[in-house]
Amino acid sequence: MAKAAKAVQTSAERRPKLAGRSLKAGNVTLTPAEPAARLALRAPQASIAALSKALGVTLPQTPKSSAVSKDGARTALWLGPDEWLIVAPDGTDLAGEAAGAGALHAAVDIAHRNAAILVEGAGAQACLAAGCPQDLSPAAFPVGAVSRTVFGKAEIVLVRTGEDAFRVEVWRSFADYAWTLLAEAARDAGQ
Amino acid sequence: MGAVFAGRRLMAEAYRISGVGRLDEAQPVGFTFDGKSYGGSAGDTLASALLANGVHLVGRSFKYHRPRGIVSAGAEEPNALVGLHRDAARKTPNVRATVQELYNGLAAVSQNRWPSLGFDVGAVNDLASPLFPAGFYYKTFMWPKSAWTSLYEPRIRAAAGLGVAPDKPDPDRYSARYAHCEVLVVGGGAAGIAAALAAAQSGVRVILADEQAQPGGAMRFERGAVIDGQAGWDWTQEAVARLARMDNVRLLTRTTAFGYYAQNFVALAERVSDHLAEPGDLPRERLWQVRAKKVVLATGAIERHMVFDGNDRPGVMLASAARTYLNHYGVAVGRHVGVYTANDSAYAAAIDLKRAGVGIAAIVDWRDNPRGGVVEEARALGIEVLHGRGVATTGGRRRIASMTVVPKAGGGGRVVPVDALLMSSGWTPSLHLFSQSRGKVAFDAVGQRFLPGTYAQDCICVGAGNGTDDLATSLREAFAAGEKAAREAGGDGGDKVSRPRVEASESWAGGMLGAGPGAGSGTTVKAFVDYQNDVTAKDIRLAVKEGMHSIEHVKRFTTTGMATDQGKTSNLHGLAIAADALKKEIPEVGLTTFRAPYTPVTFGAMVNHARGPLFEPTRQTAMHGWHEDHGAVFEDVGQWKRPWYYPRPGEDMRAAVARECRTVRAAAGIFDASTLGKIEVVGPDAVRFMELLYTNPWAKLAPGRCRYGVMLREDGFLYDDGVVGRLAEDRFHVTTTTGGAPRVLHHMEDYLQTEFPHLDVWLTSTTEQWAVIAVQGPKAREIVAPLVEGIDLTDEAMPHMSVREGTICGVPARLFRMSFTGERGYEINVPADYGEAVWEAVWAEGEKHGACAYGTETMHVLRAEKGFIIVGQDTDGTVTPDDAGLGWATGKKKSDFVGIRGLKRPDLVASGRKQLVGLKTKDPQTVLEEGAQIVADPDEPVPMRMLGHVTSSYWSENCSRSIALALVADGRDRMGETLYVPMPDRTIAVEVTATVFFDEKGERVHG
Repeated sequence: MAKAAKAVQTSAERRPKLAGRSLKAGNVTLTPAEPAARLALRAPQASIAALSKALGVTLPQTPKSSAVSKDGARTALWLGPDEWLIVAPDGTDLAGEAAGAGALHAAVDIAHRNAAILVEGAGAQACLAAGCPQDLSPAAFPVGAVSRTVFGKAEIVLVRTGEDAFRVEVWRSFADYAWTLLAEAARDAGQ
Repeated sequence: MGAVFAGRRLMAEAYRISGVGRLDEAQPVGFTFDGKSYGGSAGDTLASALLANGVHLVGRSFKYHRPRGIVSAGAEEPNALVGLHRDAARKTPNVRATVQELYNGLAAVSQNRWPSLGFDVGAVNDLASPLFPAGFYYKTFMWPKSAWTSLYEPRIRAAAGLGVAPDKPDPDRYSARYAHCEVLVVGGGAAGIAAALAAAQSGVRVILADEQAQPGGAMRFERGAVIDGQAGWDWTQEAVARLARMDNVRLLTRTTAFGYYAQNFVALAERVSDHLAEPGDLPRERLWQVRAKKVVLATGAIERHMVFDGNDRPGVMLASAARTYLNHYGVAVGRHVGVYTANDSAYAAAIDLKRAGVGIAAIVDWRDNPRGGVVEEARALGIEVLHGRGVATTGGRRRIASMTVVPKAGGGGRVVPVDALLMSSGWTPSLHLFSQSRGKVAFDAVGQRFLPGTYAQDCICVGAGNGTDDLATSLREAFAAGEKAAREAGGDGGDKVSRPRVEASESWAGGMLGAGPGAGSGTTVKAFVDYQNDVTAKDIRLAVKEGMHSIEHVKRFTTTGMATDQGKTSNLHGLAIAADALKKEIPEVGLTTFRAPYTPVTFGAMVNHARGPLFEPTRQTAMHGWHEDHGAVFEDVGQWKRPWYYPRPGEDMRAAVARECRTVRAAAGIFDASTLGKIEVVGPDAVRFMELLYTNPWAKLAPGRCRYGVMLREDGFLYDDGVVGRLAEDRFHVTTTTGGAPRVLHHMEDYLQTEFPHLDVWLTSTTEQWAVIAVQGPKAREIVAPLVEGIDLTDEAMPHMSVREGTICGVPARLFRMSFTGERGYEINVPADYGEAVWEAVWAEGEKHGACAYGTETMHVLRAEKGFIIVGQDTDGTVTPDDAGLGWATGKKKSDFVGIRGLKRPDLVASGRKQLVGLKTKDPQTVLEEGAQIVADPDEPVPMRMLGHVTSSYWSENCSRSIALALVADGRDRMGETLYVPMPDRTIAVEVTATVFFDEKGERVHG
C-alpha cells in the first residue's frame, strides 16, 4: 500500500545548530565547528589496545588528556577511566570500526548530540574563564588537555587545541546558551 | 582655582591648600551635590571634594534623622552615604562618598531627608528620641497582631532605610572571571605590597587586590615613613609599578575582597567603570572568583572613634581621615580644629594640620600622662594638650561649633570653639576575612583588641591586620610571609628583590574601648557607638539591663554592627560597653562572627552574565523554528520550550486544543516528542541490567519489539516510565519522561556503579542525538509510508510496539510503532540536524491527509482519554504500580529489581490505599479542578474525611464531556459510586469510573 508513493524525497537537508554564526569581539573569535562524527565509547582496560588499533587512534589513559591519530583527522578525548569521546570527519563510521575490534565495548553514535564551538585568539582563555571554574592556564591545562566541565550553567567538554585555541563540545540544545555566554564574555576578555 | 561646570563658574575650593597633597590641581572636575555645583580635582573622592568646598553636612541619620557628616576616608564609612544619579535608570543608593571617585559631571544627592538636607521633618524623631529606645519596634508594634503586616510594617519600612532603590532595570553590564593563583594578597598597603613583591619574585602567579584606585594603604596619610630611602607613599607607588610590569602578577585596583569561602576560594568585586564619566563599553563591575593556593591577608587596621555625646555632629571625624584629606587630597577639614584622642596617632594629624597652617584649638587626651615624641612635638609647635580629660559633649547644629572638655575625674567643663573635631580611640585590626575563613580570633589583653588566633585555612595575616604596629616589623613579617607562601606553592625563585628596609616610621599603639565621660546615663545623651544604625552607648546598656547577656542578643536587640558597614568602627566599642555593663571581661562576652560581604556588593556583580537570555539555558528542539513559524504557543517544561498548542486565527486555547484533539483521532496529528529523555543501554549484560532497573520482564522481549517500562525507587514508589525498544540482544533504546531524563540516567548510573558493577553494560544519553516526530492517528501510516525506505510497514511485519531501523527522507532513522494517544502511531527518530527538514516532509505528507500539528496540551488530553498516566502528575512519589493500575507491568516471576522489597512493605500492600480511577462529573459540562479534594459525604462537618484528589482533568472533545483521573482511597472498589468534590462556591457530584474513557477495548492502535 505504501510502496506506490515511495521516493518523494530522497535526502533531507542537514541544518546544523549554530550554522552561519560567527563572532569576532576584541581578541576572541567564535566559530561553529564543522559537522563531525562523534562516538561515545565505553570499554574496559582489556579492550583498549584492540579498540585503539581498530579506530586508528590511541585511546588515552591519562586523565584529562587527548590523543590525535597519525593523520591528524581524528581525536580521542579522555572523559573517564572507561570513557572516551571520539571525534572524526563527518560521515566516518566510527561505531562500525569499533565493532571490528572484536573487543568488549559499547559504542553509541552521538554525532548530532553535540555542537562544537571553536574559541580562538589571545583572549580565548579569559573568555572561557568567565564561566569555567577550572584553572585553564597553559601549565595546568596544556594543549591537548580535555575536561568534561561546566561553562556557566551548561555542561561542556573542553579541549585546548592550541596555545590560544579551544574547542567547546556542548549538547545541541545548550549550544545557543554557550555561544551567547561566550559572546558576552568575549567583550570582556581583553581585560 | 575654579572649574567651569554646567555653564557656570564654580566657586573656589576654599579648604584646598595649594601645594599640599598629591592631586593635580591642573585637572579640575565639576560635580553637583543636591543640585548645587562644585569644583574638585582629578583624583578626589566625592568626600574629599565636598570637604574641599567646606561641605560637611552630607546626610541624615537612619533613625533619628540627625545631621551627619563625613567620618572616615575609606571603606569603613558609616555616615556619608549618598545617592549617585547618572541618569534615569542609573541611580545607586548608599554610595560611600569616601570611596566614590570624582568624575566630571558626577551628580550626588543626600539621603533620608525631606524636604531638604538642611531642614528635615523626620528630625522630629530626634526630639522624640526618648520614645524610641532600643528594641522599640519589638515592644511597641505587638498588638493587634494583624496590624503588623497591614499597617506597622509598611509604615516603618517607608520611614526607615537610607537610600532609594532604582526603579528601572539596570542598563549596565557586569562581567565575571574565575582566576587561579599560587598567592593571593588582599590589601595593597605597604605590608601587602611587600608580600606581593616577595611572592612574585619566585615566578608564581600572584594576585594583589586593593580596594583603592591607587594602592598604598596607610602611606596615604603617614608622612613619617621612610622605606628604602623614599617617602613611604613614593615607595609604594614605585613598588606597585614594578608589580604591574611583571607577567606573573595580576594587580587589581578598585577591587574589594568581600568573601572568603572554603578552600581558599575568595570573591573579589572590581569596580571597573564607576569612576569614569564615560564608561563606554566597559562593564560596570567584574566579579572575580579566585582559587588561591595561599592567601596573604594584609587587610590593615581601622581607626575607632571616641564615644561621647554629640560625637556624630558634622565635622567630627577620625583623626586618620583628617590626615588623609590633608596629606593626600590637600584638603583642610577645618580652620579651627580640636582633637580628642586616647592614642598617639591623632597627634600626628594635629601636627600635620598645624604645619599646614591650620589652627589646632587643643588636643584632649584621655590618658593621664601621655609622653613620647609626638606629644612633645605637638607641645613644641604650641598646641595645647589637655591630658586626663575627655570631651563631654559638642555644640553646633549642622556643623560642630564647640567641644566641652571635662576632667576625667569630674568637675567643671570648658567650652572650646572648634569647626572640626578629630578623634581616635585606637586601631582595630581588620579581621573580617580572617573570620570569614573560619579562623578563630584571640583577645590581646595588652592591646585590648582581637587578633588572628587559630587559622582554619591556608592563609596568613600580616601587618596591622595582624596586630603588628611597627612598620619595620610589618614589612619584615609580610615579606617573609610572601616568600614562604610562594615557596610552599611551588615557586622556585627568580630575580631576587631585596627586602624593603624601613628607615623611619610612626607608631599607633595605645587606645581605649567603650564610652568616655560624655556618654552618661541621661536620657538626652546621644553618644553614638554605631553611626549608621543610630545605636548609642545608652541603647547597649539598656539591652543588657533588659536581659541580653550575649553579644549576639545585644547586637540583634540594638542592631549595633548590623548596618551595611558591618560595625567596622563600632563593634569593639559596643562589645566593651556591654562587657562593662555585664561586669565581665571582653572575651567572655564574645565577638560576633563576621559575614560576607565585607562591604556591600551589587546584585549586578553577583548575577553578572546570568541575566535575560543567560539567566538560564533555554533548550529548544531541532524543530523549534518551524513551531514558531506556525504560531505555536510554548510551554516551559524544565529548561525546554515545548509547543503547547497551535492556535489558528480566531482560536483561543480551548478551541485550538479541541480541534487538535478531534483531528488526531479523525485523521492524524504530528507532535514534537524530541524532549523525551533517551538513554542507550549497551553491553552483553544489558538485559540483566534492564531486569534489575525496571519492574517488567525483558529477557523474552525480542529485538525489534518495544515494551512500556516502569521504574521504581528502592521504596517501591513509581519513579519514571517510558517505552523501551530492544534494538539488538545487547542494545536497548530507553525513553524517559522529559523532566526525568537527567535523574533517570543518574539513578541508573548510580545503581550500575554501586550495586551492579559486575555487569558489562554502559549507559549513554542520546536525548539530543535524536529529533523525534510522533505521527499519531488513523492516517499515520499513510503519512509516514512515502518517506520510509527499508522498513516494511505492514501490520504483520511491524505491529504495534515494535522498532525498526531504516532510512526516512534518506536519513538513517529509528522508527518506533507506539502510541501515547491510543491511535495507530509512529515515532520517527532521526539525527537531530535533520529533524526540522524531516518534520517539514512529514508535515507536507500530513497536510495531504488532513493532519494537524499538536502540542503538549492535546497530548495530555488524548492520553487521559486513554487513561495513560503521567508520572509526576498522576503520581506524586507515594504511588505504587498497583495504586496506578500498573500492577500488570510487574514481572510476577522476577526475583529481583530495584523496589521489589519496598513493594512488600505492610503499608504498601494494606487495603485502603489510594488508587487511580476515572471520574465523570454528573454534569458533563463541568470540568473539575486538578488538585481538588474528593469526599464521600458533602454534608459532613469540617474537617471532612478526604478520600483523595483529582490528578488530571480536561474537557474531552472526543468524549463530548469532561473527564478526570483521580487518586481515591479504595478507588477500584468504588466503581459506579457517587462521590463529591467540594469547591468554594459549590459541590460537584462525580461518578467513579474506569480510567479509560475512549476506545475502551483499545482497538484503534492496531487499525
